Amino acid sequence: MTPLPTPSQTIGPYFGYALPHPGGGQIAPTGHPDTITVRGRVLDGHGEPVDDALLEFWQPAPDGSRAGAPGSLRRDPVGGAAIGRDGVAFTGFGRVATGADGSYVLRTLPPGGAPYLSVCVMARGLLQHLFTRVYLGEADDPLLSSLDARRRATLVAERERAGVHRFDVRLQGDGAHEETVFLAFG
Amino acid sequence: MSVSGMSVSEGPEPYRGALWRQPVNPLVVVDDPEAVELTGPVFGSADVTDLDGDLTRQRPGAPLGERITLTGRVLDRAGCPVRGQLIEIWQANAAGRYAHRRDQHHAPLDPHFTGAGRCLTDDQGRYRFTTIRPGAYPWGDHSNAWRPAHIHFSLFGAAFTQRLVTQMYFPGDPLLPLDPILQSVGDDAARQRLVAAYDPELSTPDWALGYRWDIVLGGPSATRTEGGRR
Ligand SMILES: [Fe+2]
Repeated sequence: MTPLPTPSQTIGPYFGYALPHPGGGQIAPTGHPDTITVRGRVLDGHGEPVDDALLEFWQPAPDGSRAGAPGSLRRDPVGGAAIGRDGVAFTGFGRVATGADGSYVLRTLPPGGAPYLSVCVMARGLLQHLFTRVYLGEADDPLLSSLDARRRATLVAERERAGVHRFDVRLQGDGAHEETVFLAFG
Repeated sequence: MSVSGMSVSEGPEPYRGALWRQPVNPLVVVDDPEAVELTGPVFGSADVTDLDGDLTRQRPGAPLGERITLTGRVLDRAGCPVRGQLIEIWQANAAGRYAHRRDQHHAPLDPHFTGAGRCLTDDQGRYRFTTIRPGAYPWGDHSNAWRPAHIHFSLFGAAFTQRLVTQMYFPGDPLLPLDPILQSVGDDAARQRLVAAYDPELSTPDWALGYRWDIVLGGPSATRTEGGRR
């Protein structure tokens, strides 16, 4: 018999001492010349910042590998403290909690073989996590081409300057701004 | 309304926190065999130390409360074990208070309990934690609202699509039918899948009570291979 999936429940307000880890938003190896910054805010249906969201990012390595690598949240075997990445391995995984103004910052390398970073959004008040994508510019892509221009624009990061991309997550439209496109996988 | 079981004719108010945070538009279905989300992050022995699964030994002294062993298997929808993947848990202490500055519930913090742990699943998809049973705690959803005792779980599968964040409950808790968060799960059979079972076989004499809870990750995966991904 096929087992039935365990339902999701909200992440709640108190994950902050358990899930975030040092350097969680620093996927790029230390000092790598190709490092890009993706930054933005998570906002609710009033346009107010969501200050207790957790964003997770998953992406291919620059060479296109989707195998990932361990070491995103290394721990010191002596004292047990979270010490984060070694600054060399590219794990493809990032995790950032939003700040008081709903903001997050991710530093990574451009993904190979796909024009986007995958994002998983969790927050108090969300019954279930949400998937979306950060496209680093317009691309010839089956998802983007299936959306009308207004919806598509919510997935494409705005280039602020060389190497810095802005991507806001709007959990709900606030009247002036479109709700971010969220994804399900068939 | 009966509070002895989990079937109620008159449920609690819906979970209010969701009002301005829940998207209004339907999810856009991605049916692309090349989607990056069909793969996912991996973790290893550098990410988890052997002691991280024992929440009673993270501080110099022993925490107050009822010591429990919590174990089970993580499977995918095909019934195959999810091997070598990361499980993280967090919870309130025995008095119902989180070691989090935003939790100002008038209950004592326990200097010997942080309430966060993690482990990797083994080759059969099994996980195991030693912790204490958390207390119920009040919250602001509605007047006199109390969360039933629960442990928060975060899990990764072979694919990012299988990501799961959820909460595990204890059997027989009279707060279960009154809890808007548990009741946000649509049907009773699905709610029951969030409730652990007391397992006398798993209890350790003179030491700890045993609870068993199996977890099934939904979502498609590109790499469901014999032997796991790595
Ligand atoms: Fe909780």
